[in-house]
Amino acid sequence: MKKSKILVATVFAAIIGLITIAADHIDAPATSGTNADITDFYAFQGENTSNLVFVANVQGLLSPSASATASFDENVMVEINIDTNDDKIEDLVIQAIPRDGTMYFFGPFAPSSTGLNSSVNELATKSEVAITAYGTNATVANTNGMKFFAGPRDDPFFMDFAQYGAIINGNASSFNSPGADTFAGTNVLSIVVEVPKSQIGGSGTINTWVTTNAKQ
Amino acid sequence: MKIFKIKYIAIAALSLFIMSCSNNDDSDVTMAPIATDFSGSFAQKDQLGRPAVNTVFVSAASKDEFNVTIPSQQGAKFQSMFEANLTGLSPAYANAGDANALGLDAATFTGLLATDVLNVSLDGTTTFYDGTNVLTGRALADDVITVELLLIFGGEDFSENPTLSDDNVSSNDKDFSTSFPYLASPW
Repeated sequence: MKKSKILVATVFAAIIGLITIAADHIDAPATSGTNADITDFYAFQGENTSNLVFVANVQGLLSPSASATASFDENVMVEINIDTNDDKIEDLVIQAIPRDGTMYFFGPFAPSSTGLNSSVNELATKSEVAITAYGTNATVANTNGMKFFAGPRDDPFFMDFAQYGAIINGNASSFNSPGADTFAGTNVLSIVVEVPKSQIGGSGTINTWVTTNAKQ
Repeated sequence: MKIFKIKYIAIAALSLFIMSCSNNDDSDVTMAPIATDFSGSFAQKDQLGRPAVNTVFVSAASKDEFNVTIPSQQGAKFQSMFEANLTGLSPAYANAGDANALGLDAATFTGLLATDVLNVSLDGTTTFYDGTNVLTGRALADDVITVELLLIFGGEDFSENPTLSDDNVSSNDKDFSTSFPYLASPW
């Protein structure tokens, strides 16, 4: 590596070290900066209003050059949890795990056990999509009545996190107007799944959350 | 022997090998592709329901523990910490009877937040807050941070602590698509 590149990398790392990032971006010591760090989670009605869309993002604050080489970790399984009866325990899950340039999806299915430890359920409905390479058009799979995407995207999160940090640390007493989006110009690795509502409870309200799980 | 001759012999030998392999295909036994290995057990590392909850409300020493506490146990384990951090952070809950615009006092609001799941309606509009609907999902364009700041600092009618209740960043740096995969192409 050239000295200038090392310098840029060092400065960038120092900046990252100084600001602890929201929404969940780099939220905790054990996951911060690892391939298992979740940055954000979204759930919203699809363009087809019979469907619900889940977006799980990992590995935040990727610069354009870092995005070209960033990859999903084959030892990290991302799991979308769905609670249909409001007991805050998952009734259904959708699992996503990469292998050799392809993101594989299992579910939605009812897990035989719940909690912190899990395994990939290869008997569940299986779908897959080629992971979109940086700089190429989004590859989308339509399988089993669902839609799938995996690859780098612009980070959809926006916030003046730097100023929030200054306020929390007592170095400022208010937000600026206008504020500055700390996440402007940065990317994340995204997993997007669009599922018929009929497969995840049909109607009413669900509770949902995302987890990353490392192979032991 | 010259090198190119060795190459030819090697290629010829390889061809024979491949042909004998493909001969096997003529039999009733079909060659199965190598199975992709998904075996093993996986342990939870990170967890997220609503945006920024762990970042804002969990004390530094407990952030990892929060990520490996299942949602059904988070309320009992973390509500009091959330309430202490909320009242320490915001003057909007300083007086008895103080509440936010949802009508939730510090204990009730943190009771809701400590169980870190995203509530999503399957019956219509999905938004964190759009002026009418509250906590029915999270859409890409939702200004979730300003909503959370308003609920933390804004008091009963969003009018308290105005310099702390809006970060004045209200939209993403790229437009979202109305079609799958909805997120913008990377920078």
